[in-house]
Amino acid sequence: MVEEELKKTALYEVHNSLGAKLVPFAGFWMPVQYQGIIAEHKRVRNTVGIFDVSHMGEFEFSGADAEQFLNRITINDVTKLQPGQVQYSAMCYEDGGIVDDLLVYRFEDHFILVVNASNIDKNREWICENLPLSGVDFDDISDDIALLSVQGPKSLEMLKTVTTPDLESLPYYHFLDGQVTGINAIVSRTGYTGELGYEIYISRSNSEELWHNLFEVGKPFDVEPIGLGARDTLRQEMKFCLYGNDIDAAINPIEAGLGWITKLKKGDFIGRDALIKVKNEGVKRKLIGFETSGRIIPRHGYPIYAGGREIGITTSGCHSPMLERGIGMGYVPVALSEPGIKLQLNVRKTEHPMCVVKTPFYSPTKT
Amino acid sequence: MNIPAELLYTKEHEWVKFEDDVATIGITDYAQGELGDIVFVELPQVGDTIRKGETFGTIEAVKAVSDLYSPLDGEVLEVNSSLEDAPETINSSPYEDGWMLKIQITESVQKNDLLSADEYKKIIDEA
Repeated sequence: MVEEELKKTALYEVHNSLGAKLVPFAGFWMPVQYQGIIAEHKRVRNTVGIFDVSHMGEFEFSGADAEQFLNRITINDVTKLQPGQVQYSAMCYEDGGIVDDLLVYRFEDHFILVVNASNIDKNREWICENLPLSGVDFDDISDDIALLSVQGPKSLEMLKTVTTPDLESLPYYHFLDGQVTGINAIVSRTGYTGELGYEIYISRSNSEELWHNLFEVGKPFDVEPIGLGARDTLRQEMKFCLYGNDIDAAINPIEAGLGWITKLKKGDFIGRDALIKVKNEGVKRKLIGFETSGRIIPRHGYPIYAGGREIGITTSGCHSPMLERGIGMGYVPVALSEPGIKLQLNVRKTEHPMCVVKTPFYSPTKT
Repeated sequence: MNIPAELLYTKEHEWVKFEDDVATIGITDYAQGELGDIVFVELPQVGDTIRKGETFGTIEAVKAVSDLYSPLDGEVLEVNSSLEDAPETINSSPYEDGWMLKIQITESVQKNDLLSADEYKKIIDEA
């Protein structure tokens, strides 16, 4: 992508003034780090940090048939959602490959889907291709919505005095429609870090005001801005999938470990026939979590070996700031996917030991 | 951005310091900043021969891995073994304690292909 064509979030200048390193990501200039990935990662694990993730896409659906349509185009069961609830889900192609993973928000009279920035255009086209002629109104509101994510064990303490209605009683994967520091906001108890945390959706034009307010409110909690670099290492410690790395159009949700959001019994949906077949025949490969020893650090696309033969490939990997060793995710044959199994990771043409482990790799602070 | 005037540079962001026929090699302040937190560096061994323009090692930051390119031909005389346990020294002191290799050089003319501090600064400014 030509750099001039990259979009900027409303906080671009703020990030610049904070000394962030801004890089092209999913069509946007995004802050990859401010102070350093390890410090930012630990900030979120130990107290609280704020991410600008306004690049994420938001699609609004309304109309008499909106629920029915969303239940057909996503794999989780939308009919189980109460107003005020959020659901992790995905869209699949007819062959069971994943279009995108996403969140579904149910309001009284409409829905919002939150999708990956890198897939906004593709998702919009896929939805339009499948949209019925009437009964569903669909609007891509991504450019109007900003998203700040406040994550960490101190996030509730920090936000509760400036949020209405009451934040303390908000359960996991629920949202409220209210105000944060007097600014209209949708606040959901969701995140991509494994920690207690909240995602705050606001009008783009309120981004800067809310950002500054949150840093004022967060001062006693040592709040810091967190870049996408730490967002990636935080999600990897939890073995959360990243589209384009661990899941894509050639991978089905069952082998990716997303069987728990794949509701084959809910009735017809796009990809169901293919996924029933996968389920009946059993998956051939599975997404594992593994650790390396020494100073070997796995990355996306490294070959995995067993007995001198290439049997799989890594999809994500990094140095875990909390565990201080290499952790990774990858696909291997089911027979070799059990925790404790020892395999070899091919790093720059040399084999190094790796071990399949239970995940998440890291257990977040209990709150 | 720290770019010491007395050193020579490559466009791959390595620095070289010459003392008689020995060259000390490391990566620049700009390079360590771009890489972020460095967690591992893989270097050749004493006695290995490295070739100009070819990779002589790798550097792992939290986020990504990068190759290290040799600025000149030579034989490895000494490796900074403290980097094995404390690779973050490259972040904190790229030109001093974070040096990587000392090389026995064979041809002094190799200097001519390297960049001065001013020339290197121009490359950074355009990056």
